[in-house]
Amino acid sequence: MKQTLAVTWMNLRSLPSRYMTSLVVVVGIALVVGVLVAMLSMSKGFEHTLKGTGSESRALLLSAGVTAELSSYIDPQMVPLLREMPGIRRDAAGKPLASAELLVITELRRGDGDVNVALRGVEPAGLAIRPEVKLVEGRLFKSGLRELIAGRSATRQFSGINVGSKLQFRGSEWDVVGIFESDGDAHESELWTDADTARSAFGRPGASAILAQFDAATTPAAALAALKAAVAADPRFQIDVLGERDYYSSQSQGVTDNINFITVFITVIMAFGAVFGALNTMYSAVAARQIEIATLRAIGFSGLPVMVSVLTESVALALIGGLIGAGFAWLLFDGLTTATLGQNFTQVAFSFAVTPDLVARGLSWALGIGLVGGFFPALKAIRQPVAEALRGA
Amino acid sequence: MKYVPLVWAALWRRKARTIFTLLSLTAAFLLLGMLQAANSLFSGGSVNLSAPIMIVQARVSFTSPLPMRLLPQLEAIPEVESVSHSQFFGGIYKDVRNFFPQFAVNPERWHRTFLECRMPDAQYQAWLQSRTGAIAGRLLADRFGWKIGDRIPLTSQIWPLKDGTRTWTFDLVGIFDDVSKDSCVRQGNMYIRYDYFDEGRQFGQGGAGIYVLRLHDPNQAEAVARRVDAMFENSPDETKTQTEKDFSLNFLRQLGNLNLILTGITVAVFFSILLVTGNTMSQAVRERIPELAVLKTIGFGDGSVLNLVLAESLLMCVIGGLAGMLLSLVVLKIISKLPFGFPPVTAGLHVWLFAVASMVGLGLVVGILPAMRARNLSIIDALAVR
Repeated sequence: MKQTLAVTWMNLRSLPSRYMTSLVVVVGIALVVGVLVAMLSMSKGFEHTLKGTGSESRALLLSAGVTAELSSYIDPQMVPLLREMPGIRRDAAGKPLASAELLVITELRRGDGDVNVALRGVEPAGLAIRPEVKLVEGRLFKSGLRELIAGRSATRQFSGINVGSKLQFRGSEWDVVGIFESDGDAHESELWTDADTARSAFGRPGASAILAQFDAATTPAAALAALKAAVAADPRFQIDVLGERDYYSSQSQGVTDNINFITVFITVIMAFGAVFGALNTMYSAVAARQIEIATLRAIGFSGLPVMVSVLTESVALALIGGLIGAGFAWLLFDGLTTATLGQNFTQVAFSFAVTPDLVARGLSWALGIGLVGGFFPALKAIRQPVAEALRGA
Repeated sequence: MKYVPLVWAALWRRKARTIFTLLSLTAAFLLLGMLQAANSLFSGGSVNLSAPIMIVQARVSFTSPLPMRLLPQLEAIPEVESVSHSQFFGGIYKDVRNFFPQFAVNPERWHRTFLECRMPDAQYQAWLQSRTGAIAGRLLADRFGWKIGDRIPLTSQIWPLKDGTRTWTFDLVGIFDDVSKDSCVRQGNMYIRYDYFDEGRQFGQGGAGIYVLRLHDPNQAEAVARRVDAMFENSPDETKTQTEKDFSLNFLRQLGNLNLILTGITVAVFFSILLVTGNTMSQAVRERIPELAVLKTIGFGDGSVLNLVLAESLLMCVIGGLAGMLLSLVVLKIISKLPFGFPPVTAGLHVWLFAVASMVGLGLVVGILPAMRARNLSIIDALAVR
């Protein structure tokens, strides 16, 4: 043990004399880890945005069997019946706190192309049961007028959306009358208007989904189970009841799976390249230490300390590289906003999120590359016949 | 040319190091080849959509169906050879992961518009006869091992049947193919009959979806686009007309700034391979200093020595690079056989040009400093190292 420490320490102190070739390992691994962490921070950020959308205390009612709100359509005759289901909270006037909402896609300009943006028709209850939605500029849309409010992220992502600007949909002009924020969740990438206005403008009398606030009397889980059972028991409905938070959490799956798959694919190939670079460096490090290692062996040091010293060197270089890579990814990308197509075929803005678990993942890749890149040279170091090695290069 | 054996011998002086460097180069160019092929797809370079096909969608979004009543007006445009309509069906075959697109179309119109895709005439006739009939592209049929006569259940995410259920069953009556190599870009799709679909669906009757125009002359695309969009301006059914290529590219671009991401990774890969090969070359020259001095002693000029080292560096980068590019071809081929509902990515000519330029550039950049060192070597000092 003492031997191991002594040899390892001695070796690490001699590193600066080999800094050029060591740099190959450090930078090579920094780039692998940098790319890995940066790519994964994208899927992490997207996941955060969607998982941060919705509330435990609300349910989303969609037509049975659909996976996204966009493809859901609830018949107008069913809407009032669904509103009256048990477990839905009522306001002071006794009206159910449920908002039958219509989601349609519109196209807005971004850069030199058109992108899909969600336009959501909400009922007054929809604003009342979403306390996270705050109007920060302008005023609310008025019912019956072609007016809308835009999410803060939407104003940043797409051109020409400010209070006072006009948008052209379905042959008529819509006025942007306000800007809302909702803690950076998925809704902030949307445009909101009055539900009736949207229904008449787009010729769709029903709803895409109904968002309902649970009764405060029970826990959200119990209320959700009760509502689910009541809707399922009624033969008039072909409706799925989902916890709002569960719904939005599940929506990130497709995008994050894709990003993660591509990331791993790219990282594996890059890691291969880095391993060969590390092997070169470590073999030449062993070659440079040939006489030193042979001397140690000649005076009675066993193979293990020598092996450990080589492995420690490559792992140390790899971890330094990993930290630099993760650090750069964090500096360059953390918090950067971008947008991609969500499950609803519309743009969802999100921020890159470099989280500790991503850094840990990056470092574990670095560790793996360091171990593989150091192992074979370490083996070579102790297999070398002492006499031959002492004779020099 | 007579120096080739010398360069070759120098390259293999340290076998292990050269092999590792070559493998590193191979990995780098495998990635570069694939990334650049993907990049050229997103920038429209290798999308095989040269047919004179235009897409007319609702201005508000392609997901809002245009009504069927637009059809006669579109057909009356003289530059238009034929018009087809196409409604996205959004069906899931057994599992969400089996995604492939299906469209409800009029068989005769489909046949007149998508001239690049053909099936045997008997199969086309069968499709005209069978209301529940559907046709699939060769790629799609191969993917699931479908044969003519198979019944294919699809659960539509968008269109419930009249009774509220969502599972529609279709009979596979035709499998269509390319007319000439790679001409039919729709081989991952399935087409069902609009009349059957429109009658069966719970809502949305009379909606056509999008319109697909085939022009007599692709050069008239811009004029036709302006004309169509002007025709429906300020109506509730405002249109947006563009070539199919632009339509597809715009779709891909919506995924995000992929170009930037791909370029970023390419730069990272390039930088790390620069270091690996640079390290190898500088080591190679350093340990050969006495040998190089001997070469100079026996009469090699400074310039020849410089060229020898540069040639070695170039040779290494080109061998590793080509190996990586060939491997990327193989991998891309494999990927294109697993249709993700994604146009096949191929490494076109300019991807190869980029790759070869990168290899040569890399070889020169990493070779030049060691080569200069070799050139400037003074024989006395170099031989004194021993």
